[in-house]
Amino acid sequence: MATTAIAVSGPRRLNFGYYAQIFRKETKYEFVKMLRTKTFSLSVLGFPVMFYLLFGTSNRHNMFARYLMPSYSCMGVVSACLFGIGMGIALERAQGWLELKQASPMPRFAYLAAKTISCAAFALVIVAALLTLGITIGGVTITAGEAMKLAGVVLAGSLPFTAMGLLIALLVPASAGPGVINLIYLPMSFASGFWMPVGYLPHWLRVITPALPTYHLAQIALHIFGYSQAGSMLTHWEALAGFTLLMLGAAWIIFTRSEAKA
Amino acid sequence: MSATAVITATGSAAWPLPLSQTRAVAELHSVTKRYGQTTALDNFSLELHAGEVVALLGPNGAGKTTAVRLLLGLISPDSGSVRVLGRDPRDADARTRIGAMLQVSRVPEMLRVREHIDLFRSYYPNPLPLAEVVRIAKLESIADQMFGKLSGGQKQRALFGLAVCGNPDLVFLDEPTVGMDIESRRALWDEIRALSAAGKTVLLTTHYLEEADMLANRIVVINKGKLLCEGTSTAIKQRVSGRRIRCITQLDSEFLRTLPSVVDVQQDREAVMILAERPEQVVREMLLRDEALHGLEVAAAALEDAFLELTSDSAPAQA
Repeated sequence: MATTAIAVSGPRRLNFGYYAQIFRKETKYEFVKMLRTKTFSLSVLGFPVMFYLLFGTSNRHNMFARYLMPSYSCMGVVSACLFGIGMGIALERAQGWLELKQASPMPRFAYLAAKTISCAAFALVIVAALLTLGITIGGVTITAGEAMKLAGVVLAGSLPFTAMGLLIALLVPASAGPGVINLIYLPMSFASGFWMPVGYLPHWLRVITPALPTYHLAQIALHIFGYSQAGSMLTHWEALAGFTLLMLGAAWIIFTRSEAKA
Repeated sequence: MSATAVITATGSAAWPLPLSQTRAVAELHSVTKRYGQTTALDNFSLELHAGEVVALLGPNGAGKTTAVRLLLGLISPDSGSVRVLGRDPRDADARTRIGAMLQVSRVPEMLRVREHIDLFRSYYPNPLPLAEVVRIAKLESIADQMFGKLSGGQKQRALFGLAVCGNPDLVFLDEPTVGMDIESRRALWDEIRALSAAGKTVLLTTHYLEEADMLANRIVVINKGKLLCEGTSTAIKQRVSGRRIRCITQLDSEFLRTLPSVVDVQQDREAVMILAERPEQVVREMLLRDEALHGLEVAAAALEDAFLELTSDSAPAQA
């Protein structure tokens, strides 16, 4: 008797291999998507590089060429996360696409993790570009240890700004997204010492600086290269952790309230 | 086991869940859903049985999409219960056996069709091979195109591919042929019939009467959140007693309304459309009075007539 092999037989267990494959593919396609979206990839990668070429390389004779590498790296990770996650999720929600993904068996965590990892990957590309420019044109010398630490700080920095991006995605309608995000993150970056050390900023601006998460991230990054203000880095890590929890908490509240209404 | 038996959720159900013809694969039980002041669904009940194609038919705003979203676990009801494959629809295990095609305004444009399908396939434990999905949804010519470059009909085909790529047992199609040309629509209908022939259960929502007529084993008519009528296409048409007469005549519409057993008279371009309980009598009277009458057609009432009658009254009635 001929036997026909049927592909669908017993259930394939929802095991580690199954989840691992989902994570892998979700992250890969998320990254590919971000890379192909020129408006995103060119601006997120382009701005830090452009600013460094403008201000960093022309300052090889003083500390700025070295200072601006970590500070623009922070700018890179903040913009990658705010736009990648904030705009990304806001858009997909507005288009109804997020709903289709939610109706599918996709684990929700995979979606968020894939986006976060992709944004972090973008941030690492920016770090690499800035370090390369710094060493070649900026005349800066850095050790391998410093480079690794910067990469680590930038990776860690993707978490609080992913959380912030989530909150933005929930609050801001997709059409207003880019405007609102730029309005928030550009002044925030400036007041946190991304362009010049905080000491150079006007007094009235310096008052709000400690409240900004970008300031705390910048301080940790600058500390690697010896440009941070005096004080323990622990307070900065704590501030970032607190900010992350605050953002996640607010996002959770808004999300559950909108689900209750839905 | 009666046809209205509800499957209670077991702790770790044996999989695949054995489905006999009479058990409900999915069920909305007296659900009410309100959005602020609007009541989207009002004490609405719906059962899906294995292997059938059910069309949820209703005008825009009737509550069809709300019903589908409840069954997909995207929203939860204010009252009543939803059970899909014996479980809460938000259960991840339930979702691995369900496919959905929703009305999305835009799909991420920077991924190719093939990449989208590859990603969606990975969500399911036993997906169809990629080549098979491409064949079913007729995506051969567009598989490598970016989603953003597809036409409306092509997008619908790709979304259909996403709905079936996981080889689901239960498929939800929300207005699947919107924006498609005749050929693509017919092709998609063939595929929906093939799904049913393979033993899958399909719930499709539509406002195209022809679609419901051609595809569904059972039609559920809904309007303003209430169930109006349920039954086979034939059964629903029979609710409208009477038959249609179409002809080109010089007789006045007002006069035609006075003829015995005439229910309704409509102008249809150059012809007149009469709905009458006893068409033979009407035709006899018309032929006597108008010798120039021509283009005569007498047919059974169309689904359209039943639908219009049901939805204009908006009085809830069970078949």
